[in-house]
Amino acid sequence: MTLAAPSPTMATTTLTTLIAGRRRTGLLAVVGLTLACLLLTIVAVGQGAISIAPGRVAEILMARLSGDTNLLEGRDVLVVLNIRLPRVLLGLLVGAGLAVSGALMQGLFRNPLADPGLVGVSSGAGLAAAATIVLGDRFLAGTMMKLPFAALPVGAFCGGLITTLALYLIATRGGRTSVATMLLAGVALGAMAGALTGLLSFISDDRQLRDLTFWSLGSLGGASWTKLSVVAPIILPLLLLMPLLARGLNGLMLGEAEAYHLGIPVQRIKALAILLVALAVGASVAAAGMVGFVGIVVPHLIRLSVGPDHRLLLPLSALGGAMLLVGADIVARLIVVPAELPIGIVTATIGAPFFLWLLLRRTSLIDA
Amino acid sequence: MSGSRPIDAHRGLRQWNRRELSLALVSSALGLAGLALPAALAGRALAQTPDRIVVAGGVITEVIYALGLQDRIVGIDSTSQFPPEALKDKANIGYVRALSAEGVLSLKPSLVMLIDGAGPPDAVSLLSESGAKITRIPDGLTPDGVVAKIAAIGAAIGATAPAERLAAQTRARFDELATLRAGIARKKRVLFLLSLQNGRALVGGRNSSADGIIALAGGINVADAIEGYKPMTDEAIAAAAPEMVLMMRNSSAHNITPEELFAMPAFARIPAAGEKRLVHMDGLYLLGFGPRTPMAARDLMAAIYPEAAIPPLKTAAAP
Repeated sequence: MTLAAPSPTMATTTLTTLIAGRRRTGLLAVVGLTLACLLLTIVAVGQGAISIAPGRVAEILMARLSGDTNLLEGRDVLVVLNIRLPRVLLGLLVGAGLAVSGALMQGLFRNPLADPGLVGVSSGAGLAAAATIVLGDRFLAGTMMKLPFAALPVGAFCGGLITTLALYLIATRGGRTSVATMLLAGVALGAMAGALTGLLSFISDDRQLRDLTFWSLGSLGGASWTKLSVVAPIILPLLLLMPLLARGLNGLMLGEAEAYHLGIPVQRIKALAILLVALAVGASVAAAGMVGFVGIVVPHLIRLSVGPDHRLLLPLSALGGAMLLVGADIVARLIVVPAELPIGIVTATIGAPFFLWLLLRRTSLIDA
Repeated sequence: MSGSRPIDAHRGLRQWNRRELSLALVSSALGLAGLALPAALAGRALAQTPDRIVVAGGVITEVIYALGLQDRIVGIDSTSQFPPEALKDKANIGYVRALSAEGVLSLKPSLVMLIDGAGPPDAVSLLSESGAKITRIPDGLTPDGVVAKIAAIGAAIGATAPAERLAAQTRARFDELATLRAGIARKKRVLFLLSLQNGRALVGGRNSSADGIIALAGGINVADAIEGYKPMTDEAIAAAAPEMVLMMRNSSAHNITPEELFAMPAFARIPAAGEKRLVHMDGLYLLGFGPRTPMAARDLMAAIYPEAAIPPLKTAAAP
């Protein structure tokens, strides 16, 4: 193994070392982010407008787990168990769902600007929510309003799914979905939904207009176990099935035809990814309103740090998204106590400068 | 006792981690919280004291201040702009339709008073689950509505007698206002201009609070073909022929002068332009629909009909 030795061995060794290095960094990142996420969760459950001593929070949670109802008395119990805990869990779920959706879309469309909105979920859900806010009082009065689940989240979810389905049908010919067509048709449908939402805001009264504004900025307020139990089964499939998509998306990075020749079931990957994303984003929007920024920026942050391998990118995006949203929610809840800030304002305020800093630091990696 | 808990939690973490993430998060949260975070305040159950009112709805705040019971208020929403000291003295719980359940609860309210439309419903249901006493107050934009509102607020805070007095007084003022209104021979046409951004007029149409106060003041709302607060085209303004333009006075920004307004093409040819009839009034006074509304309507009436020398309400002098 001196200079005379054949170079292929050297190259292979170097490549293996590189891959091993990447993998080690990745593993470290997974462990690190998991710990950080846990820590943030603990802080989030411990902090709020009402000061409850950490010991008491632990006591309440412990009593709940062990079924010891004697300790479950008082308002602080309700605050921890029925206000904070579902809220933090919803934040973890929605944040993870949005970030993974963003990563999937960027991989699928091979476009760094892709975000979950591209498959039409956000615009469709936004339109449906606006319609529920503005027209709900007129057409849904009475029985609909007494349903266990408010009309708005259900409407938003259905609106998102219908739009995605329409987009998928438009872009699919002969069993093959064209991502380019989907991208462009998504822009068109988005503009249409935007126009209709504008029309709705024109005919809305002052209160409805305020509701629309607040809704479009997103909030984890109003999280409850019921809400969580409805949203979780819709978002979790995306998080559980994402390992199935990782290899396919890695192949797709080479191009669609190349991926196909590698034996990757391109069409099935596309359909599954779009379905999972539509479900997860629809449920997120329904539960938390429009929380922008998480879906597009978290995957980029992760990609800039550990590279584009989807096997790492997807789980790390989930952790990163969950952390960004739960962290932003802590700020949203505490900064104007006893009021709270819409979370969309906070995610962008926290995330954007950080993202810019990362871009400035590592520009050379973007085009690599 | 407290030493054993974190250990239990970690043992639990290993088991649950495989099955269910949420349970793991919960158990490790309590384990690490017990270990790592410094003990801060004692987490006692929130004490129930009778005099801690949280108000969501500006008119409720105004009435409670008018009753002199403001010491009982601990928190108000951001629409509680009158009296001005309210938002300085009390905690601000945010916008009336975007309340935070934990934020409100952090004020340890013994009573939460919500005006019609306060929300969101999720936050309100969390509040009622917490055992906080909640009272909803109807928000009427008519004399009957205002009187009912005052009585309902008084009943909710256990000040029925003084509130009934204020309600009766307000009723008497509205009655006197009605007499004044009956004396108007020819009703004049009024346009309420909410804003004039970029020369685009946003006017108060049918079923708006501006519409309500113009009617009480004995005027005709020329924008009643429009529902709520909406933009109105220049030509429609010209065609509506208002004899007076009413705006809200803005204390922090420039108020448009009659010269500026009536130089604009839409306003140049309307009857109001002749004598440059532009009136600015305090927005909260004008559109609050609380105990001050009869006086506000009287003042507006005097502004619409300067030639009629509308007298001040005799009943307004009463304490």
